[in-house]
Formats: sequence, C-alpha cells, structure tokens
Amino acid sequence: MAEQLYWDDVEVDTEVKPLPKVATSQMLVKWAGASGDFNPLHYDSSFASSQGIGKPIVHGALKRQWLVQLMTDWIGEQGTLKKFSCQYRAMDYPRNMKSMTEPEEGETWWCKGRVIKKYVEDGNHLVDCDIWIENGQGEKTTPGKATAVLPSRG
Amino acid sequence: MLPEEVTQFIGKSTGVRVFEVEKGAIRRFADAVDDPNPLYWDEEFARNSRYGSIIAPPGFFGWPSRQPRGAALTEESMAGLSTALAQAGYPRVLDGGIEYEFFCPIRAGDTLAASTEIKEIRERKGSTGNMVFLIRETSYFNQNGDLAARARSISIHR
Repeated sequence: MAEQLYWDDVEVDTEVKPLPKVATSQMLVKWAGASGDFNPLHYDSSFASSQGIGKPIVHGALKRQWLVQLMTDWIGEQGTLKKFSCQYRAMDYPRNMKSMTEPEEGETWWCKGRVIKKYVEDGNHLVDCDIWIENGQGEKTTPGKATAVLPSRG
Repeated sequence: MLPEEVTQFIGKSTGVRVFEVEKGAIRRFADAVDDPNPLYWDEEFARNSRYGSIIAPPGFFGWPSRQPRGAALTEESMAGLSTALAQAGYPRVLDGGIEYEFFCPIRAGDTLAASTEIKEIRERKGSTGNMVFLIRETSYFNQNGDLAARARSISIHR
C-alpha cells in the first residue's frame, strides 16, 4: 500500500489521489456474481433495449465500489471511512472484450475527489470530501460525498 | 397520486435476513471491483493491521443468501411491491444511489443480521414522464449485536 496519509497533511481543496477504472462486459459479469445482482439490464442487450436503455449499462453499485476504493486507497490502512454516498446520475456503458483478457479500445473512467472540510469532532480527526466519477468525455456521471477519519501526528 | 396498493408498503419491513461474511466472497467482491487492497487479500498484512484479520470492503455485507422459493416472506413482500408499482404504471426500475454510515469494521467470519424498511415512496413529475422514488433503509447488526452499518438506497421507478 501507499504511504499512510495523515490529517495534518491535508487541507481544504487537497485532491484525493485519482483512480482510473475501465468497465468491461467481463467485469459486469464478475460483478453480477460477486454482488448477487443478476438484473439482465447489465448483460443482456435485448433486455436492455426492451427497458429503453439501449444496451447494457454499468451497475450503479459497481461504480459505488470504485468510489469506495478511491477513498480507501487514499486514506490508507490507518484511515476509516465513516460516511459515504453517491448518486447514479447518468448511465455508463462498458467496453466490450477484444480477447479473453483484453478490452477493446474505448472509454476510461476516472474516480476523483477533493477535500471540502477538515475538522475535529469527539476527538476524531475528520475530512469531508466531494467525490465523483468522470466518464471518457469528462462528464460527472456519479457524484458523491465521503467522510473519513485520518490518523493525526498531533 | 399513487394507489394504496403501492403506498401501503411505506413503513413495512422485510424482517431479518442473515448474511455470512465469507472470506472467499470478500475476495470475489474485491476481484470484481479490481481492488488489490491487502486488507482483503493478504492474511499476514491483515493480521498485523489494527483490524487483526481480513476485513470486508465498506459496502460489502456478505453475499445475499437466496432463500428457497416460498420460504422467504421477505422476498414475496418485495415482489408484491414491484407488481403494485408495475400496475400503477411504473414497470421499470433503475438504481438511483445510496448513502452509507459505517460504525464498526466487518471482518471475514462475521455474521450479519439485516432488515430493510421502506422509508419513503414518492411520485415526482418530470419532463420525460413521471417517476417514483423509493427509499429503503437497511441496518446491519453483527453477531455481537453491534450496529455495523446503515444504508439508505434509492430506486427510481418509471
């Protein structure tokens, strides 16, 4: 893991270290099995069409976990995620697979965040962050917020 | 106006479901996210961490156990809600978002008891047609009776 982040080293407007992700049709199948969400919307093209979506979309909950990873990577082993929220505002479409292991060329999603508040409450050293996912066009499809406890050198 | 067949579900609860947080399920979950965090994968790292063992990623509460058909009152009551929404003109559903509060770590081997309550069912008029926002709140208690996490999820029906 990366070096531990300390509350003392964070200020309002500090950037959360960005995390790139690529959604593939294969990843969506893995996610369905791992999460137990077998809605055909995420792997069956004709079902997706019948629902007015056009083609299979990335699970909102998978995007949620990308944002959770954004935070847990950044706060490190000594940090604790206390609150987390996100909204699935726009649909994202996975890349198809070119081979068993390689996706086709296409979109990369970036999970990003920024500190909006830094404070101490009940002896805990806390930060509030705006977090979001940007699609390949730079549009925020999945905005959210997170609150974490960080270790303090104090 | 939503019919009573739909609104009668407000305040209803699913009853308790039990989730076993298995190590293998944690790893399949982390693999699906493509999250290499050693707290989910590396026994020795996890043992030497302040958690003392492999933990579940925030947002993972164990693979939802499927009950045999007919055995689970909970799934039947939810199916009734979907049918009522479809009959009211809202057959399609999308995940709208989620809010979590995390109160204590969830470790591999924990058993969680969860119940979900329908908190709110709201109709909203939109430019592309009406939608229904449905808010469910789920509380997860661990085997010691401690509240481990609470989730509020929003589904959008149209």
